[in-house]
Amino acid sequence: MRQLLDGLRRLGQYPSALVGLAIIFALVGTAVFTVVTIPYGQALELWRGGDPWRMHPVNARPVWVDRIAGNNSPRTMVVSSRDALIEEEPFVGGSRMRIPLEFDFGYAGFPSELNLFLTSTHVEREPFVRLTWETPDGREFILGGRRLAREERVSISQDWELERRLGRVPHVGLFAEPADDRPPQVLEGRYRLTLDVISFEEDARVDADLVVYGRVHGLAGTDHQRRDLMVALLWGIPVALAFGLLAAVGTTVTTLVIAAAGVWYGGWIDAVIQRLTEVNIILPMLPILVMVGTLYSTSIWVMLGVVIALGIFSAGIKMYRAMLLPIRESPYIEAAKAYGAGNARIILRYMIPRILPVLIPTFVILIPSFVFLEASLALLGLGDPVLPTWGKVMNDAQTQSALYHGFYYWVLSPAALLMLTGLGFAMLGFALDRVFNPRLRTM
Amino acid sequence: MTGSPGAMATPGRGVLRDLRRLALFTVKRLAALFLTVLVGVYLTILIANMGGQVDELRMVQIQSTVAEQVRADPAFFDLSPQERNALIERRVQLDVERLRLDQPFIVRSVDYLQQAIRLDLGRAEHMHSDRGAREVYWIIVERLPATLLLFGTANLLVFFASVFIALGLSRRYGSALDRSVIALAPSSAAPGWFYGIFLILIFAFLIPILPAGGMVDVPPPEGTLAYAASLLRHMLLPVAAMFLSTIFISIYSWRTFFLIHSSEDYVEMARAKGLPSHMIERRYVLRPTLSPIITSFALMLIGLWSGAIILEQVFNWPGLGTLLFQAIGHRDTPVIIGTVVIFAYLLAVTVFLLDILYALLDPRVRVGTG
Repeated sequence: MRQLLDGLRRLGQYPSALVGLAIIFALVGTAVFTVVTIPYGQALELWRGGDPWRMHPVNARPVWVDRIAGNNSPRTMVVSSRDALIEEEPFVGGSRMRIPLEFDFGYAGFPSELNLFLTSTHVEREPFVRLTWETPDGREFILGGRRLAREERVSISQDWELERRLGRVPHVGLFAEPADDRPPQVLEGRYRLTLDVISFEEDARVDADLVVYGRVHGLAGTDHQRRDLMVALLWGIPVALAFGLLAAVGTTVTTLVIAAAGVWYGGWIDAVIQRLTEVNIILPMLPILVMVGTLYSTSIWVMLGVVIALGIFSAGIKMYRAMLLPIRESPYIEAAKAYGAGNARIILRYMIPRILPVLIPTFVILIPSFVFLEASLALLGLGDPVLPTWGKVMNDAQTQSALYHGFYYWVLSPAALLMLTGLGFAMLGFALDRVFNPRLRTM
Repeated sequence: MTGSPGAMATPGRGVLRDLRRLALFTVKRLAALFLTVLVGVYLTILIANMGGQVDELRMVQIQSTVAEQVRADPAFFDLSPQERNALIERRVQLDVERLRLDQPFIVRSVDYLQQAIRLDLGRAEHMHSDRGAREVYWIIVERLPATLLLFGTANLLVFFASVFIALGLSRRYGSALDRSVIALAPSSAAPGWFYGIFLILIFAFLIPILPAGGMVDVPPPEGTLAYAASLLRHMLLPVAAMFLSTIFISIYSWRTFFLIHSSEDYVEMARAKGLPSHMIERRYVLRPTLSPIITSFALMLIGLWSGAIILEQVFNWPGLGTLLFQAIGHRDTPVIIGTVVIFAYLLAVTVFLLDILYALLDPRVRVGTG
């Protein structure tokens, strides 16, 4: 024990160990923060995609990347009828409403999409709405009229008729200067979308949200399903740490106990352990994981179980065995036997603690390899079906050809986090190695 | 003069004895390894068949395919429902017998095992080789050279580069170069494919000078020289990725070995005798550290065999890894099993070569105490 504490104190002399520790503490802190602010259930719900993200842009870059590059691409704007000055004229059996949705547009680029979400509280007769788009310089475009269901989504960007009339996609054409030169220029100023609603029920209410989708979003950007990548990047931390730690603990502890038991009992038990280890070295880990993922389940916990199961009889057993063999013959074990210590006690309390100092660096260096293993599996499409992880983000990016389309942030941000985790543990591990392996220390 | 024949005979007998011991050792190791491969492959078969559960899925599939065939065939349109059902039953029975699904899984699993061991890997369910063969064996053999070429090149490069650099560093121990290389060792926490992504990003997209993936240009160049040049250009990035991910850790571990062994008493003794430094290096440092070096080389090989899957996938390299990935996509069980069997064989061969090398290098094995 004193050796352990002494070693930890000596660790302070290695700057790389301190940097590694700082990274690990930062990661753990962020992981705790994430799990508290976005609970597990909510994270799964969010990552399933769909409705919660309908007001987010598709494949938007992180804001800071855009601003560093010196651009001023638009952010997403939501103009709600709840903030608008609604003129209402009731008539017998209904009402006429005029809802002006106004906003200032002062960005250098065009929006990426334009959608209008409408909700109506009518009971039987559907209200009728007519849309008029007004540009800052006073031009008007009629965007057509329609009957409203209770929930309606008007995809202005996909109005082919309007696109034909404008000669451009609507979210560009509606924001462009009138001159017909190409490429189109953004016209800055105050835009207005007016909704003329005729409702055929006395107290039916119509609410509208105009969403002008930007080309940048938040700190991490969004993916092809409009999901904010921040959710996956943040939740990837606890998942990666848990997977790496549990796998490392599971494999090293079982391996160590089994190696010690083999050395202590000797005979056929040792022989069986040796042969099992040889079989296990022949078994290729990744292909087996791939088979399990394909045939059984891709749940991260099943994978973790298989990783640990395959790791029990790993090559490490040979190394521990070599270290434990001389310990078995040492006098203090003899003494323990003399006072009547049982087999389990000798293995757990006398033999294993002796090689723990050598084990700790190996254990720390092992963690990132499991973190990367999880990412590797996800990259092969065998990631957990519901959990957001870094590997899954990279897999999405790869299937969507993110590099080809220039969405570098999509690949780089999870990769940077993976690298940071790997470096944190590796730096600490290598420093520990120098502290706890005296032969290296004297160098 | 009288002693000379005996002096001549002793080394001869010694070599013979060594050879006999070595042969015995080889045979023993071969038998043990064969047993391990046997068990390993059998476990693989059990996993790949879900312990027999895949058979039930297969039965359902046969039933639905046969029923569909009979219903769609105009020749059977005027059969009565009873006759048709009887016909379906008969055909299902035939298929079941052909695939021997009527026998218990345990019996068949032993059959699968001996087929796999004989590398009779069966026919693929959906995939075929580039030449059109459906045999899993040919599909795999076609991909093997690509994998061997890529990983052989990278491994040998890393091996020799790191041994030489490590030797140099251990001579200049404590210098700025030494310390910076050691500080870089943690960068090996990331696997090759990880660096691959960055290399692709930089050299194929930001500065498009190298191809992002594949093995040769499409269409392949005509002449042998042009073909080799194209191959080389495509190999550059994946080899660089593997090199980057393993070089620093290899240098680190070998430098440590050399440092430990160059502080041994017998090296000090040699230095004290005034032997030239290259002789000390070769005879007193390198020789005794050879077996740990070879062990780590073999362990690296073993690690890279499986790491290959993703690296090949990232670089779209048409090797075994990509094949396995495609097989997963097609849910083609025979190909998946076949690939795993090949991987197991490759690992076994690696371990075997390691053992033989050990025997050659380690005098204890030859003397018969090992």
